[in-house]
Amino acid sequence: MEQWSWMTVVVLIGLTVRWTVSLNSYSGAGKPPMFGDYEAQRHWQEITFNLPIKQWYFNSSDNNLLYWGLDYPPLTAYHSLLCAYVAKLINPDWIALHTSRGYESQAHKLFMRTTVFIADLLIYIPAVILYCCCLKAISTKKKIANALCILLYPGLILIDYGHFQYNSVSLGFALWGVLGVSYDWDLLGSLAFCLAINYKQMELYHSLPFFCFLLGKCLKKGLKGKGFRLLVKLACTVVASFILCWLPFFTEREQALQVLRRLFPVDRGLFEDKVANIWCSLSVFLKIKDILPRHTQIIISFCFTFLSLLPACIKLILHPSPRGFRFTLVSCALSFFLFSFQVHEKSVLLVSLPVCLVLNEIPFMSTWFLLVSTFSMLPLLLKDELLMPSFVTVMAFFIACATFFPIFEKMSEEELQLKSFSISIRKYLPRFTFLPRIIQHLFLTSVIFMVLLTLMIVTLDPPQKLPDLFSVLVCFVSCLNFLFFLVYFNIIIIWDSKNGRNRKKIN
Amino acid sequence: MAALGTLTGSGNWFSALALGVTLLKCLLIPTYHSTDFEVHRNWLAITHSLPISQWYYEATSEWTLDYPPFFAWFEYVLSHVAKYFDQAMLNVHNLNYCSSRTLFFQRFSVIFTDALFVYAVYECCKCINGKKAGKELTEKPKFILSVLLLWNFGLLIVDHIHFQYNGFLFGLMLLSIARLFQKRHVEGAFFFAVLLHFKHIYLYVAPAYGIYLLRSYCFTANKPDGSVRWNSFSFVRVILLGLIVFLVSALSLGPFLALNQLPQVFSRLFPFKRGLCHAYWAPNFWALYNALDKVLSVIGLELKLLDPNKIPKASMTSGLVQQFQHIVLPSVTPLATLICTLIAILPSIFCLWFKPQGPRGFLRCLILCALSSFMFGWHVHEKAILLAILPMSLLSVEKAGDASIFLILTTTGHYSLFPLLFTAPELPIKILLMLLFTIYSISSLKILFRKEKPLFNWMETFYLLGLGPLEVCCEFVFPFTSWKLKYPFIPLLLTSVYCAVGITYAWFRLYVSVLTGPPVSKTKKQ
Repeated sequence: MEQWSWMTVVVLIGLTVRWTVSLNSYSGAGKPPMFGDYEAQRHWQEITFNLPIKQWYFNSSDNNLLYWGLDYPPLTAYHSLLCAYVAKLINPDWIALHTSRGYESQAHKLFMRTTVFIADLLIYIPAVILYCCCLKAISTKKKIANALCILLYPGLILIDYGHFQYNSVSLGFALWGVLGVSYDWDLLGSLAFCLAINYKQMELYHSLPFFCFLLGKCLKKGLKGKGFRLLVKLACTVVASFILCWLPFFTEREQALQVLRRLFPVDRGLFEDKVANIWCSLSVFLKIKDILPRHTQIIISFCFTFLSLLPACIKLILHPSPRGFRFTLVSCALSFFLFSFQVHEKSVLLVSLPVCLVLNEIPFMSTWFLLVSTFSMLPLLLKDELLMPSFVTVMAFFIACATFFPIFEKMSEEELQLKSFSISIRKYLPRFTFLPRIIQHLFLTSVIFMVLLTLMIVTLDPPQKLPDLFSVLVCFVSCLNFLFFLVYFNIIIIWDSKNGRNRKKIN
Repeated sequence: MAALGTLTGSGNWFSALALGVTLLKCLLIPTYHSTDFEVHRNWLAITHSLPISQWYYEATSEWTLDYPPFFAWFEYVLSHVAKYFDQAMLNVHNLNYCSSRTLFFQRFSVIFTDALFVYAVYECCKCINGKKAGKELTEKPKFILSVLLLWNFGLLIVDHIHFQYNGFLFGLMLLSIARLFQKRHVEGAFFFAVLLHFKHIYLYVAPAYGIYLLRSYCFTANKPDGSVRWNSFSFVRVILLGLIVFLVSALSLGPFLALNQLPQVFSRLFPFKRGLCHAYWAPNFWALYNALDKVLSVIGLELKLLDPNKIPKASMTSGLVQQFQHIVLPSVTPLATLICTLIAILPSIFCLWFKPQGPRGFLRCLILCALSSFMFGWHVHEKAILLAILPMSLLSVEKAGDASIFLILTTTGHYSLFPLLFTAPELPIKILLMLLFTIYSISSLKILFRKEKPLFNWMETFYLLGLGPLEVCCEFVFPFTSWKLKYPFIPLLLTSVYCAVGITYAWFRLYVSVLTGPPVSKTKKQ
């Protein structure tokens, strides 16, 4: 009883914050001719409602793909269609073909915000609550605190309810997937994850850990008996759910190919706008985008991504465990974000979700990461006039984390999950005991940089010769932080089982 | 690092709660604001650009200055900060001016002055008994009380959405109550005198202050049976109190006395020309009275006891207009409401005199004064219910009986504030915040008093649960029915009548508990 009332209170706080943020401006508000993501979502409703399904992804006189053409997988399109039916009931002008372009009104904003709110309420929030309730070996109070901190993560709130997107749907499905496979409901888990991929292709960032974890499970059970049966079942589930989602597009080969071309726009370049990944940061010194031909860029980015996530994936196949799975999710998503082709700044949310899941294991590092991830989207948030809600939600998140997890009081190697790593280093360097202190200093430096840069970007005008100076600096600083986190998470993953062995040795 | 740790550490829950609610207030900045926003902007302009002699005469805007002088000075001080934000808001002729800088300034001025409220809550938390303190932090009365006060739903929506400056005013009131609990009577009296000159609505609770200070401070001793020992009267203390009240009043009203403007000031402060009920009926006795009148008139028409031609045409749709014409029952005059209020207050005052129970008895009397005047007052605002709810929070964490009354009063009182926010974007906010506060208050008080008998009987539970369907009917079903155009007042009528029942019930129960409370000697022993 008590637990449930507290959980309700936590959910209500999360919902209140979400709704109050949604009262603010959205991307591209009052900025013709292209507007922003808000208009993109509205336009998709217009397209899916008025055109037959065969024309959704094709350029035509009714569907100008250069004006926010549909470039997300079918589930997003179906969701838009569903919303369009509701919109039609309320006000047909909102989705009228051609004439509704750039439609903006208070009532329409309210409608769009409500659709995000409902999707979030139905998919993401229940998954978070269930995840926190299922956590093992921590007290009820900690579970509730954990739920509050995850629900208050500012990045997702600001992008979904400020900037305007439906990330909570794809992330929510992914979280249901994580829940499923972690508690041995493998088929349901993979179904949920397939839905996530079919909602947003960026969920592929998470696909390798899912694949490796499930493969590892099958191998563990023995490929000749139970494991094989599980493998077949999983394959069937995945194929079936994909076929179900893509059914209307399988009628012609050209249809499916066109959708795929829309989903993976190779010709859009190595990165877009200012992203806190390695390519964008490198371009400060070296214009890779212009020097190298496109296919070389693709190969290089593929190689880097592959190499950076290889160790963690191999480890997960050999030793599949829910804990390792979560950490591998973080490191793989981070590798993709840092090295892969055509990354958006909002894709950092895909890294943040698994980091939220390890919040209770490494509170200090997770809080730090989540702060940096929100900071990396600062230029975008400022463009959408979301400074005030960003500041408030970041502060709220920080206060919640600092209150519920004593993140500044306990700073030991054990708390940072670096015990076994330091022990193995100490074999060669006996005086290697200063790691926690270094990390503390790094944290302080990073926070100081973030605060200073935020102050600068808000108050100062950039010099005329370098109009993007501050946003590039933001990306650069965040990228350095992310590289550090990539190393850190990989260390945790690789030294994970040795940890267990060492404990046995000490005993 | 360590400093940061102690600042935000787990031990410092109070600052986390206060900071959390402050951040929530910041998120509420872009929400709808009522005409009170313009009222206060106009007052900023008046006090900034006009000499004192014209403050209470200026009538360019329809929102003339009708708060006592200290509040005018408060606006004057604010206006000197405001000029750095946007000079244009300080122009008296700039009616309905609302630039984004003005909005930020005004909203932040409320948030900032709430610091006094936070401090007052901190002081109040020191005054309550921690006898029943459980091991868990969240089960400690202090923790619960600070959440109930800091995160109070009514205060949040009235101040930070609707827009008013109740936060620091209630801060002053709670601070003066806390000082009386701490036996620092002079300070308490001083704060209350200052408060009265900020906003005169607090006159409603002045009798409780007057009698309590006279009985428990000016008379220094009691007879063994608890009655007053007349010869223990301390002239020094009376003079001290009188001096404080006099000096504060002189500071506030003196300049206007010198300008010979006192009658004008008072005519602004007490406008008796307004109707019996505010634009929307506050859920008090008169709401029930009016509703009864309507029901009787309908029955009368059906049974042909009344002549339809004699009934004023507007009366059936008059839920929204200020002047209410009674058809069957006698009309109510300001004098009648005044007499009713006095009669309702008297027993509690007598109790305070004859059965003094220390500061807790005083607090009960104060709440009864506030509630009684809410029940029977002339032109009562629905917001005035906060005057009873906030002090009642103090009592609720100490005794199970009080907790039960508090929960009924708070839930219905807060629900009755819903019509204040009628715009669509604020609908989810008010529902979410209301649920948040109600679920928290009910569950935490239930846990606090889990060893005693249940807080609600079946009737009370049923009544409180009924608020849910009522909300669904009023805001989700009714607008889609054909009655919306014909009888637009029905949701408001239903809300105020339904809430009036709960508030009357809470008032009645609180009165019974005060009148039948333990005699003096028993409380002495405790």
